[in-house]
Amino acid sequence: MSHDEHHELSFIRKYVFSIDHKVIGIQYGITALCFLFFGFCLMMLMRWQLAYPGQELPVLGKLLGEEFFPGGVMTPDFYNSLGVMHGTIMIFLGVVPLLVGAFGNYVMPLQIGAPDMSFPKLNMASYWIYLCGGCVMLASFFVPGGAANSGWTAYPPLSVTATTGQTWWIIGMVFLITSSLLGSVNFIVTIVQLRAKGLTMFRLPFFVWSQLVTAFLLLLAFPPLEAAGVLQLADRVLGTSFFLPEGLVISGQQLVQGAVPSGGGNPILWQHLFWFLAHPEVYVLILPAMGIVGEIIANNTRKPLWGYRPIVYSSIFLGFMSFIVWAHHMFITGMGTSLSMFFATTTMIISIPSVVILTALVISLYKGSIRFNVPMLFALSFLPMFAIGGLTGLPLGLPASDIHLHDTYYVIGHFHYVVAPGTIFAIFAGVYYWFPKVTGRRMSEGLGKIHFWLSLIGMNGAFMPMFFVGIAGMLRRGYDPAAYAANENLLGMVKMSSWSVWMLGVAQLPFILNFFMSIVAGKKVSANPWEATTLEWSAPSPPPHGNFEAVPVVYRGPYEYSTDDRKDDFFPQHLQAEA
Amino acid sequence: MSASVLPYTVKPHPVTGVYSGKLGTWLFLASEVMLFGAFFSTYVLLRVGAPTEGAAVWPTHEQTHLSWKIGGFNTLVLIISSVTMVLAWAQLKMNNFSKARLYLIVTFVLAGLFLVVKLTMEYYPKFEAGIRPSTNIFFAAYFVLTGLHALHIVGGMVVIGYFIGPGASLWKKDPEYFTNRIECTGLYWHFVDLVWIFLFPVLYLL
Repeated sequence: MSHDEHHELSFIRKYVFSIDHKVIGIQYGITALCFLFFGFCLMMLMRWQLAYPGQELPVLGKLLGEEFFPGGVMTPDFYNSLGVMHGTIMIFLGVVPLLVGAFGNYVMPLQIGAPDMSFPKLNMASYWIYLCGGCVMLASFFVPGGAANSGWTAYPPLSVTATTGQTWWIIGMVFLITSSLLGSVNFIVTIVQLRAKGLTMFRLPFFVWSQLVTAFLLLLAFPPLEAAGVLQLADRVLGTSFFLPEGLVISGQQLVQGAVPSGGGNPILWQHLFWFLAHPEVYVLILPAMGIVGEIIANNTRKPLWGYRPIVYSSIFLGFMSFIVWAHHMFITGMGTSLSMFFATTTMIISIPSVVILTALVISLYKGSIRFNVPMLFALSFLPMFAIGGLTGLPLGLPASDIHLHDTYYVIGHFHYVVAPGTIFAIFAGVYYWFPKVTGRRMSEGLGKIHFWLSLIGMNGAFMPMFFVGIAGMLRRGYDPAAYAANENLLGMVKMSSWSVWMLGVAQLPFILNFFMSIVAGKKVSANPWEATTLEWSAPSPPPHGNFEAVPVVYRGPYEYSTDDRKDDFFPQHLQAEA
Repeated sequence: MSASVLPYTVKPHPVTGVYSGKLGTWLFLASEVMLFGAFFSTYVLLRVGAPTEGAAVWPTHEQTHLSWKIGGFNTLVLIISSVTMVLAWAQLKMNNFSKARLYLIVTFVLAGLFLVVKLTMEYYPKFEAGIRPSTNIFFAAYFVLTGLHALHIVGGMVVIGYFIGPGASLWKKDPEYFTNRIECTGLYWHFVDLVWIFLFPVLYLL
């Protein structure tokens, strides 16, 4: 780029349409945190209907209007919309943009010693396309019939015959997919091309590795969903029948698509295309989280990460395997025992690298002098929470047990343990850990600890009962659990889940308070407050445009803690050994 | 040095041997392969799984009204446009801007010719005859697949048009950078041709 670097940028170019990876990272972070909170609020509404079905929602019920809350009680359609939008917003607008858009964008170039991402303008474009996608999703609440209400997986034929909100959902998804594609190209090129001198692939911090594998997953898994989205859009708008079987009868009437009765489509095809994305997506959600946790554990045990290479090889293997396990979501579609057998086998195989990574992180703790600060508390609790989430997935990966558990609250409990107290805890850990780099100030430890303990209790209180009500047979998409006599004894646990979710909501208040107060009034800290070794801590806090004062050169691996021949217990990557 | 100058935007990286734009283009094309791969697999699956009797039976060649002659002509047009695209890049490498620009214009015109043939001789007569994407599953696939391919052609024309017009000023400032961008455009253009080279036999001949 041959642009002049010394001229002053206008406010808009500097903070709004910025091409600096750090500003874009912060934009992603703030936007995604807002979406995360909004998606969580949708869930708090749903939990009222589950705990007190058919009862008037206090205060809010009247405010939300007669269309969705006649007499203060939410309609089943609105409940369905909330379910779709909670899932979509949390995954595609909250967690992935935080892990990749915010942490990836901000931290990764710093960790590899690059002045910026390879394609700064493309980076800006990904953020704005993401924001457009988010706005389309939010706007869909106001179209006739409300937001999409056919499940976050949008299975046809229901999704093809659903209200207009579904069309908006598809268009929003196309925006989000495009944004992710541009981002992933940028990430891979940056990691391949812009590493500092001496920073070989096996000197990369694990977080960078996790971003690299994640970028490949996004790059190769998202396009099939884009294709599927286009086909579903054609089904909805052009009257085609890619996903509609011949002779489909809905409510006693033969369905006529478009001008003439078409047909011959295949609803299962959507599921294949959808899960071809959505299973790698699971690893998009978990790999960068493991990366964050790895960084924090190495730093706070003051020890090198145990088994760095096996961890890296495992994450590459995990990325590869994640492309050939998708149909374990489809055991009950009747796709046949031989296919089920294949996907059950690959699913059992993919648990091995996850266990390798988790085990290596646990062994890393052994004989460390652990500092129990807030980021470390979140990182430590990630380990058992992710382990619960992962292990409860095994019965779902085997066709025989999945037949019973499929579509029950057990599934919800399982993947929420992976994503909520797993990934979202890693995100909180990352926020507390890199906050001093972004602002030059530290977040309060006291408020952080309140936030941590309340969140830990809230998360477990919310998701643990789901395993029990799920095994007992309560279905996951039900609007009114009390409508089934079989659920009679489970309603107490459903209430416990709901109250825990609301407590979890309250537990976020200290975080929000801490976050904003620390920006202005947090304790000022040096460039390297955690005494860490990786390159981002060699830049000033906050790093200026162009990031480093001198072009960094790397002399050693990422986690040189407690080396024998030094006064300090850490040896930063960019320092030359004394002669 | 607090340089915001990014390395390897123009010169290739000594280890990987490519400049960043080229690597980025290849990665983008990898995702495009997955996109069209999903469309082609959809087509294969729907065709193989089509019922052998009833309303949804797969149409025969006579019923699809697709002329291999028009399709073949368009295939030829795109292949020639790929050749002129390479020639444009080769001329830039030989520092011959005006000839390169001429080849770019030829490429642009050929792309336009493809679209005109597609619209006037294929889409329009079908609409006239009352054929819509909703007519049957074959035409659904036909219109969506060729329609998205046509959108890719339009995208390519926008980029090539940009380098013929306002983007050409980059040649004066940084000829190597400009040549690189034409190379990346060419990579994309060959990919779009390649998609058509798969689409043509799949839809018209098989």
